[in-house]
Amino acid sequence: MGTWTWFHKLASPPHFYRIAGKMIPWYAIPAVVLIVCGVYGGLVLAPADYQQGDAFRIVYVHAPAAWLSLLCYTVMATAAAVGLVWRIKLAHALAAATAPIGASFALLCLATGSIWGRPMWGTWWTWDARLTSQLILLFLYLGYQALRSAYDDITKADRASAVLAVVGVVNVPIIHFSVTWWNSLHQGATVIRAGGPAMPPSMLIPLILCFFGFTFLYAALACVRVQAEVLRRERNAHWLHDAMGARGAKE
Amino acid sequence: MQTFFAMGGYAAYVWSSYALAALIVAWNVGSAVQSHRQARERALRQVAMAAATASSRAP
Repeated sequence: MGTWTWFHKLASPPHFYRIAGKMIPWYAIPAVVLIVCGVYGGLVLAPADYQQGDAFRIVYVHAPAAWLSLLCYTVMATAAAVGLVWRIKLAHALAAATAPIGASFALLCLATGSIWGRPMWGTWWTWDARLTSQLILLFLYLGYQALRSAYDDITKADRASAVLAVVGVVNVPIIHFSVTWWNSLHQGATVIRAGGPAMPPSMLIPLILCFFGFTFLYAALACVRVQAEVLRRERNAHWLHDAMGARGAKE
Repeated sequence: MQTFFAMGGYAAYVWSSYALAALIVAWNVGSAVQSHRQARERALRQVAMAAATASSRAP
């Protein structure tokens, strides 16, 4: 099977719907295993930090949440751009499916960062470059969602929200490099940096497990949500009957 | 065990962070499943309606 045949097959809604459904356990099970192991390692096995004591353990949910909020935005903006340029419904479906997941993890990142900041920096919030740009990311997600819900027609909602998603992507590198570009209170890159990670393996390995666990969790959640988005866009098509008619009749 | 839960005096900060994380993950799972269920039910109604219209049109 040639690449293009494969691509067209994947891009056909019924095929994509079925593939997404089949993939869910392959993402969900590793997500659970990785997150349980990572959190156990982070809370129990990793030693307390010499400066931050046990408060540093918040990083095992804070950093993966931050990573997911950026990954989701990048996926959303890329899918939205593909949807705009090539008018592929599936791409819009993926963008719409990703937005609420990204928004929730942007919120988790800000909340856990704030909780960590209180004992470590002595404040819940400061208008620092990293914190402010991350807050803007949350507002971009919320704006995207609000814009979508302002349209009754899903095609119009897709196109309008896609423009916002694409324009907002400029914020992603700003968040990432904010700790380098500006004199930020937030610590610099700790894991991926020149000279290797600034953490001993006993602290680092649980963090890496959590990063992968959260990423698999996103993939599983995106599969479920993208199925819903595909159904919303393909209501009148014949394949609905084929895809779920037989099973649906029994339920 | 006591010392583990005490988190070196940071118990309130650490456990509230993990509780929030659990809440966000639970919301994500619940909301995704609910969204799929709603879309599915709507789609099934659509299919049933289309079938009914088609059969009423038949001679």
